[in-house]
Amino acid sequence: MSNPVNHQIERVRIQTQAFDVGVELRALRQTEDGRWDTRVGAVATFVGTVRDLNEGDAVRTLTLEHYPGMTESSIKEIIDQANQRWPLFQARVIHRIGELQPADEIVWVGVTSAHREAALEACAFIMDFLKSKAPFWKKESVPQGDRWVAAREKDEKALKRW
Amino acid sequence: MIHLKLFASLRELTGTEEEGLELPGHVETLAQLRELLRSRDSRWSEALDPQRAIRGAINQRMAQESDPVRDGDEVAFFPPVTGG
Repeated sequence: MSNPVNHQIERVRIQTQAFDVGVELRALRQTEDGRWDTRVGAVATFVGTVRDLNEGDAVRTLTLEHYPGMTESSIKEIIDQANQRWPLFQARVIHRIGELQPADEIVWVGVTSAHREAALEACAFIMDFLKSKAPFWKKESVPQGDRWVAAREKDEKALKRW
Repeated sequence: MIHLKLFASLRELTGTEEEGLELPGHVETLAQLRELLRSRDSRWSEALDPQRAIRGAINQRMAQESDPVRDGDEVAFFPPVTGG
């Protein structure tokens, strides 16, 4: 790893409370002492949000469960792999758990690098692996009742491109 | 003794979130543990049915059916993940 990643700030946060994408983006681009990291030439972020429709049904709430400990370590491992593949300065993930409403932000991935290819690819890589490897489970509340969201085959297939 | 954990639909089907379990001598792998749990009753049998896609983890790492389960391990079963 040619580019040491800042480990002082938590790279993976699993939380019930909402987060502010503006605050997170700024923090991602700054060094520990609050200055802009001027090595950065590319910032890629992904935000996943709650849709109001799934499988043709109106979604009232989405409740997320995780495996405390394993969820964090599996995402850290994915970030470590991204750091080995691309020259990154920062790579962070925030994932919410608990009950969410349509339009709420579920997940945020932020990556910085000197150039866009590394930042964009690493961001997509982290998200693809998080979808298939990090232990989270979604339960949605629809007019017919509550139901667990089924895993999608296309998410597993998405890993093949890496 | 192992520390067993179940998540999401498996927790609901079995009514069990976690429990301590003494491993009988003949149970040495994840697959054998799964069969032991299935023999408890119809709910466990259905929840851990081999026809269902179920993931297993040993000490918080994804595991294969043939992986050994040892005294002191934390063993978890859960459905395919749906985060993000």
